[in-house]
Amino acid sequence: MSSTGIQLTKGTQEVIRRGKLAELWRRFKKDKFAVIGGVILLVVILCAIFAPLITHYDPNETQLEQRLLPPGTEGHFLGTDEVGRDMFTRLVYGARVSVMIGFVAVAIALFFGILVGLFAGYYGGWIDTILMRCIDVLMAFPYVLLAISIIAALGPGLLQAMVAISIVGIPYYARIVRGTVLSLRNKEFIEAEKALGASNMRIIFKHILPNTMAPIIVAATLDVGWMIIAAAGLSFLGLGAQPPTAEWGVMLSEGRKFLRVAPYVSLLPGVCIFLVVLSLNLLGDGLRDALDPRLKQ
Amino acid sequence: MASYLIKRLFYLIPVLFGVTVLVFGIMHFAPGDPAQVILGPKATAASLAKLRAELGLDQPIYKQYFNWIGNVLQGDWGRSIQLKREVLPLVLTRFGATMILTLFAALLAISVGLLAGIVSATKQYSIFDRTAMIAALVGFCLPVFWLGIMLQYVFGLKLGWLPVSGMHSPGQTGFADMLPYLVLPAIALAAEPAAVIARMTRSSILEVIRQDYIRTARAKGLSNGKTILHHALKNALIPVVTVVGMQIGYLLAGAVLVEMVFSWPGIGTLMVNGIIARDFPLVQGIILMVATSYVLVNLLVDVLYTLFDPRISYD
Repeated sequence: MSSTGIQLTKGTQEVIRRGKLAELWRRFKKDKFAVIGGVILLVVILCAIFAPLITHYDPNETQLEQRLLPPGTEGHFLGTDEVGRDMFTRLVYGARVSVMIGFVAVAIALFFGILVGLFAGYYGGWIDTILMRCIDVLMAFPYVLLAISIIAALGPGLLQAMVAISIVGIPYYARIVRGTVLSLRNKEFIEAEKALGASNMRIIFKHILPNTMAPIIVAATLDVGWMIIAAAGLSFLGLGAQPPTAEWGVMLSEGRKFLRVAPYVSLLPGVCIFLVVLSLNLLGDGLRDALDPRLKQ
Repeated sequence: MASYLIKRLFYLIPVLFGVTVLVFGIMHFAPGDPAQVILGPKATAASLAKLRAELGLDQPIYKQYFNWIGNVLQGDWGRSIQLKREVLPLVLTRFGATMILTLFAALLAISVGLLAGIVSATKQYSIFDRTAMIAALVGFCLPVFWLGIMLQYVFGLKLGWLPVSGMHSPGQTGFADMLPYLVLPAIALAAEPAAVIARMTRSSILEVIRQDYIRTARAKGLSNGKTILHHALKNALIPVVTVVGMQIGYLLAGAVLVEMVFSWPGIGTLMVNGIIARDFPLVQGIILMVATSYVLVNLLVDVLYTLFDPRISYD
């Protein structure tokens, strides 16, 4: 059953779906900045995946006799850090940790946020009241502070930081999904499903969930960047990833001690974070415009 | 207006109750025994049991919560394990320093953001508009702690124009002495909110100036500047106020990171050191203070909102 209430064959539905995707892609690729964002992100992800093929150094191998070599040095084109570790290698391996945290944290937050939003919005009543009051309490904390508070309980560490920023992200998605569900739950196609005897679970997951995806995809794309910054921030404070892990926040924090003599040790991880967050923002903006051209200004 | 305020104040009660439950829960379920942290690893079982009884840790959890909240309401926020001082005066002193930084950054972000947004909207697609919007995008994507470090390097270490850490010169107090110390942390902290406010102001004004009443104002012969200032700005500012309110939370949290970079003696450094030392009463006090302030600031923003849009108070 489509949202218009007309019964379509599976083949017709597939053609319509492909047509929509093609239209989406056509609109997306017209936005050059979004394409550039996508390409930068793709390059970073590929570098992270194929790190051992790109560089032959070990990210944690120290060579004290080669400490703080400036960028452009033969064999170490981005230089070395305070214990002689190759900067390029650590940045590439750092992408694995930093970018992975961003995506995994968003995935966890999305999963729980969507569930909360779907149930609160669809069932309403006391379920909605209880779930939304819990969300209100979580939102009563500034985001980073809530993450820090959770780490205060769990103890510092990479996994703990990821869990903390995931929990912080849940209210954001729960609210977006709930809002969309509220606007959908009394539509004719949902009423029709109910009249046909469809179960609540079928209506929620088969008919309402797909319709909440457009705003969620855009929000999640933009949010990955925020999660990467938050995770790096926690590591910078000493509450996330711990040295000697090659992670951009840790690298920034360690490089600070040598700011006067080797500023590039702090500069480079920050540039990497900036580029990834920028690319995600460009991509997110492009996706938003492609999914809903009315929003384009 | 009065009924709206009363409604909002009532709404605060469950939220603040939830905040205290969460803060208490986070610290209560944290791994590690507070008695062990206080007495150290060599404490005997008898001394641990005695201290647990003294701290009320042997009581049912709901009793512990009500004891704690009762004490908090009477101004007894416990004693810092690490610093061996009362938590409330310690947190209040440090929170003052954080508020100075946050308020200064907020003023900077609002003034720069509004100005850039208004000029960009009135001169859409001009060089200023494009430059400002690129700068806003960059400001939005920069990690606050990294920007802080780079400002330290350029304006502190390289050019030597401004001090790179602390709040006062040795032995000095007063605002005039503090001002140069405040500049770099405030710029670092204000960059993202300024970017968000500029983008929001621009898009909000662009939306408003397409409305019929603006066209009417122009048709009556009002100049562009007067139309924007007297007619468009007030309506355009409604969504901007919401964004500003949301940014206050960012500023409070971002201050933690900026304080670490610039060794600013606010709650950020105190909190991080407290977490690492597992100083639960101290961390609990700081979280409670910041969350409560955040909730109150949001209330203030909601009230401000009614000033800009009187329709809200009648709903």
